[in-house]
Amino acid sequence: MFATKRLQKELIKLNEKLPPGITLVKADDLKEWLMDIQVMDDNPIYKDETYRLKFTFSGNYPIEAPEVVFTPVQTPSRPIPLHPHIYSNGIICLDMLAREGWSPVHNVESVCVSLQSMLTSNTKRERPEGDDKFVKYNTRRPKDINFVFHDNGV
Amino acid sequence: MDSDDDFNSSQLSDDEIMDDSDVALDDDSDFEMDQDDMGFDSQDKDIKPAKHAYEVDFKVFSPQQIQSHQDKQIEEVSNILGQPPEATAILLRHLRWNKERLIDQYMDKTEETLESAGLGESSESNPPKLEKIAGFVCDICCEDGPELDTFAMRCGHRFCLDCYRQYLFTKIKDEGEAARIRCPGEGCTRIVDSKSLDLLVSESLKDRYHELLTRTYVDDKENLRWCPAPNCVFAVECGVKDKELMKVVPTVHCDCGHYFCFGCSLNDHQPAPCSLVKKWLKKCEDDSETANWISANTKECSKCNSTIEKNGGCNHMTCRKCRHEFCWMCMGVWSEHGTSWYNCNRYEEKSGSEARDAQAKSRQSLERYLHYYNRYANHEQSAKLDKDIYLKTEKKMTQLQNTSGMSWIEVQFLDSASQALQQCRQTLKWTYAFAYYLARNNLTEIFEDNQKDLEMAVENLSEMFEKPIDQLQGLKVDMLDRTAYCTKRRIILLEDTAQNLRDGMFSFELRKS
Repeated sequence: MFATKRLQKELIKLNEKLPPGITLVKADDLKEWLMDIQVMDDNPIYKDETYRLKFTFSGNYPIEAPEVVFTPVQTPSRPIPLHPHIYSNGIICLDMLAREGWSPVHNVESVCVSLQSMLTSNTKRERPEGDDKFVKYNTRRPKDINFVFHDNGV
Repeated sequence: MDSDDDFNSSQLSDDEIMDDSDVALDDDSDFEMDQDDMGFDSQDKDIKPAKHAYEVDFKVFSPQQIQSHQDKQIEEVSNILGQPPEATAILLRHLRWNKERLIDQYMDKTEETLESAGLGESSESNPPKLEKIAGFVCDICCEDGPELDTFAMRCGHRFCLDCYRQYLFTKIKDEGEAARIRCPGEGCTRIVDSKSLDLLVSESLKDRYHELLTRTYVDDKENLRWCPAPNCVFAVECGVKDKELMKVVPTVHCDCGHYFCFGCSLNDHQPAPCSLVKKWLKKCEDDSETANWISANTKECSKCNSTIEKNGGCNHMTCRKCRHEFCWMCMGVWSEHGTSWYNCNRYEEKSGSEARDAQAKSRQSLERYLHYYNRYANHEQSAKLDKDIYLKTEKKMTQLQNTSGMSWIEVQFLDSASQALQQCRQTLKWTYAFAYYLARNNLTEIFEDNQKDLEMAVENLSEMFEKPIDQLQGLKVDMLDRTAYCTKRRIILLEDTAQNLRDGMFSFELRKS
């Protein structure tokens, strides 16, 4: 499989060294990995919290983007971060994770770093518009949703 | 909703035979083909002039024709710009086949134009090639080694051949991209040109790539549209612009037989303009109408909120669910209500009368909607039933041939009657959506008369299909007459409506939800 070699290499690297605020939680296979991220500065919205990310890889990774969502955990506490581009079911609207914005040069680490900085720079304590409806009715996988990336301010 | 005019489609349009007398030959610019339009201008003379106000000029093209038009334009522009055809093709696609704009921009600022199309510098001096580079590590698969074939475009983002191939394969095969595949490098906007592509991918993928490129040509051009019929490979050219769609309903007829609207690709929906159709379909699909009915016909129990429909009896209501007793009129608790069982003396209270007004209004608008919707739905349903009958008609035709000794050609009247019926019902159906939004003025009456005449003609024809086979032979002349009359009524209705629509004589109440 195309993804295997690349993921093995990424895993070796992730086990060696990671940027601050990023931890590898679980990578038992080459299909689904769990990562924890924290925001490193003292943005009051995210202070003292840790968030869990779930990466799902297709056999065509990294040509195809991985599916990346926040996933809630009770213990240890891993909530879904409050952000105008993150739905309360954990689905993230970020061009980098969509077909048009993804580049095979990206990897698990660079996605984590991008999400860290997406949180860090946010000042709005809010969910995306229409969160209720989306969370209730959406049945598509994140990558099949046609997000419109119009808002570069956040 | 899609009530199947693939069935209509095969119909030969009798219209032309029927009605040459009131031909309104129209030189109005709305209907003229765009003369500066590049591409198919050489064929302009083949385009027949519009015969009726409801007809538009259009032309159907095969994939081969589309390809050759495309090649011709690339060649022409390539000569003007002095760029190789591959680069010219990228430039043209980049500017969505706007030849004039490309030439202007190119002459004005050559480098910028090339750069923005992902070409940069001159692409002719240095053809793309595979290289082996010492110390190279592929950023995609993390492979290294001196024997690794690698490739990079002029942007310098170098990847190994396997990764590049896999990337292009995914883009073309899975994502259906062609004209705007970008370099896999992060944030790089350089487009993979067809020469590089030819070097990198297999023959079978190349075919798919060129097929997709051809498709983008049609997608990019405002005056071209794919026929939406399943498996149809033709494209239709029509000069009607988006902004004219409130004034004209551009129904076109593909060579595959399908009638569709050039404006929105839906099945033929004359005489209703695209925007009305869209609104209407949305309205019909919305469950809000059910809610509307509920609000007009029911009330909630003031205690447990169960929905209650009052279907007779006095105002003293007892909720079946919670046994709450209340007055239907004022919704107040029954025990406080005194002894008036059949009328409520608190009825005229201000709050009560306001509530009543609101309810009456809601009921009225619902009834209006239902009036149109029922007729619309009825024609849709009848068209389906007529279609069933048509299938039986085919049998009847064979039987008729056997029993009466009529020849095949002599029983064709059944076929054409059945097809006229379908087409007329399709039109009638949309007249109701049209009428729903139509604001009343002195022309609406004429429209409604036309509608009524067509409807009567259709029903008269439709009933003949119910007759037993042994009578059919004797009814042939009658049936032919009625078919001709139906078709004629349809043309009159469409002609009249299209004319008024174009002259801006109708106004619509689009805010009506």
